[in-house]
Amino acid sequence: MKDILKTSVSRRAVLGTGLAGVSMLAMPSMLRAQDKSLKVGVYGGYFKDSFDKHIFPEFTKATGIAVESVAEPTGEAWLVQLEQAARAGQAPADVSMISQVAMLKGQTTELWAPLDAAKLKNMANLKETFINKYPDGRIAGIGAVSWYITLVTNTDVFKEAPTSWQALWDPANADKLGLLALVSNSFLLEVTAKSFMGGTNALDTEEGILKAFEKLAEVKPNVRLWYRDEAQFEQSLKSGEIPMGQYYHDVTGLAAADGNPVRSTFPKEGGILDSGSWAVSRASQKGEEAHVFIDYMSQPAVQATLSRKVGTSPTVKRELLDLTPEEFAAVSSDIDPVIPRYDLYQTKSDWLNQKWTELIVG
Amino acid sequence: MRREAPRHPLDYLPIAFPGLMLVVFFVVPFGTMIAVSFFRRDPAGFYAPDFVFDNYARFLSLFFANVLGFSLFLAMTVAIVSVALALPFTHMLARLPRKAQVVWLVALLSVLSLSEVIIGFAWSTLLSRTAGITNLFVWLGIMEQAQALTPSFGAVLTGMVYQAFPYTVLVLYPAIVRLDPTLTEAARTLGASPLKAFFTVVVPALRNTLVATVVMVFIFALGSYLLPQLLGRPQHWTLSVLITDQAIYQSNMPFAAAMAVFLVLVTLGLVAMTVLIGRKGEA
Repeated sequence: MKDILKTSVSRRAVLGTGLAGVSMLAMPSMLRAQDKSLKVGVYGGYFKDSFDKHIFPEFTKATGIAVESVAEPTGEAWLVQLEQAARAGQAPADVSMISQVAMLKGQTTELWAPLDAAKLKNMANLKETFINKYPDGRIAGIGAVSWYITLVTNTDVFKEAPTSWQALWDPANADKLGLLALVSNSFLLEVTAKSFMGGTNALDTEEGILKAFEKLAEVKPNVRLWYRDEAQFEQSLKSGEIPMGQYYHDVTGLAAADGNPVRSTFPKEGGILDSGSWAVSRASQKGEEAHVFIDYMSQPAVQATLSRKVGTSPTVKRELLDLTPEEFAAVSSDIDPVIPRYDLYQTKSDWLNQKWTELIVG
Repeated sequence: MRREAPRHPLDYLPIAFPGLMLVVFFVVPFGTMIAVSFFRRDPAGFYAPDFVFDNYARFLSLFFANVLGFSLFLAMTVAIVSVALALPFTHMLARLPRKAQVVWLVALLSVLSLSEVIIGFAWSTLLSRTAGITNLFVWLGIMEQAQALTPSFGAVLTGMVYQAFPYTVLVLYPAIVRLDPTLTEAARTLGASPLKAFFTVVVPALRNTLVATVVMVFIFALGSYLLPQLLGRPQHWTLSVLITDQAIYQSNMPFAAAMAVFLVLVTLGLVAMTVLIGRKGEA
């Protein structure tokens, strides 16, 4: 089983494994034996690279805790590995960046060690939505970073930026779209609900979900590529081969800054706001250090650094940040976002996945 | 040479190591997979040891039957096309001077060193509208306008045949080199054209090798999950793609395992059938 997980990790993780080696060579200081240390899991590739460069050395300087960063695959593969390791009393990472669906799934098996609010003074800086709680109120995780998935276009092909997600349904865009291939990472049901059904509450019932699927089926003739691999779509978007689609706001901004003819637009219905949280494995022996790390990461100054250097959207309240309006616009938007219905992917995941696969494959 | 039957336990020693490896790296993982395929899935979490048939029950639907059917059809097409291309190629290769043969074989081996990802990306660029071969056709005046040839069934087939071709040649090569050239010469002396000699002498003489090669390439192609994703539309996704989705993205190990077990059983069944038919033909 583990072999399957290892061979099919995403691009982020593949890059990350390579970068892990490079960054260890580049930063011998982090390997030096220190009294206090912490293993931190972040998405491999670009994220881990940026954290190793801009965040972890500063943290070690400020607290004396050495960080050993671990490249984790996106998706739920890491959750499975953490859970299996925890059953054996092992923690491949003490603190990990965890997606929201994985956060909920980990809660059902008590995978996350509850966090102590008294040791997290900076928790008050966070927006309320970025604090993950067990049903009984214990804190399971703290918002690490957030990011937007927006409507992206090739500027050579689309001279005018689209203004609404409804552009995906436009018959004029036949065979021009690149969309994410999985129900649980594309969040297109939520987009459909917000664009045509008055909001994501329309997905509360199965009838509502089926109606959203029906509406979403109309997009199929427009889709050229359902992608799992980010690199595949990014390349096609830059070349104009696939001139429209959904993609990460941060990476699109970086590509545009490099001179590629691409743009990211926040549609009037809002961009999709996804996020990752810090969570501590129950098998970790480093509870003290983990609290220090999470508290450090929740400071407005650190969140601002992340926005500037990594391009993520802050989890801290806007008014506490010293970001200029331009810097804020580069990573976020004041338009009310599409918030994914993570609860659905926990309670109805198999049903949704089956309907979705039948929709796009059938 | 007559081989003596092993009489002493020590006589089995030479096969002990490969036997052990087979147990450790095949029997144990496959056994684990079969066990997991009967476990109970907890949609909110992971899975729990149990003995339920739910995972197999979910698989028995028209939807998955179609996907399985397409996967088998695709793998078979890849196998037949690869062998159809590789047979004449290898036949000609075997008659080249030794040095030229080495150059060709090294070139083919180097294709094997390419990963599936690289092959997939290379073909998707080659078949694209913006940078693909159709631009060359436009420049030559054969086509009006550059167009995208991917994603399509043809693109998936092209990519997979490209990947399977070197294997096919390498499997066919020893048998073709060993083929007695006097057979063809005799046919030619008796008045057969080169083409006729090839089809009436070479092909029947290699019949068993050809069947074995088709089976090998078929199994090889059945496991492909990257190329159908990179070069095909969702209706060209193989069962392997859906297994990966379940295992990696849905963390539904029991269902992924059940699908994988089913795929292995169907494959073994088809291979057994091929072998049986081959035996009957000989009798």
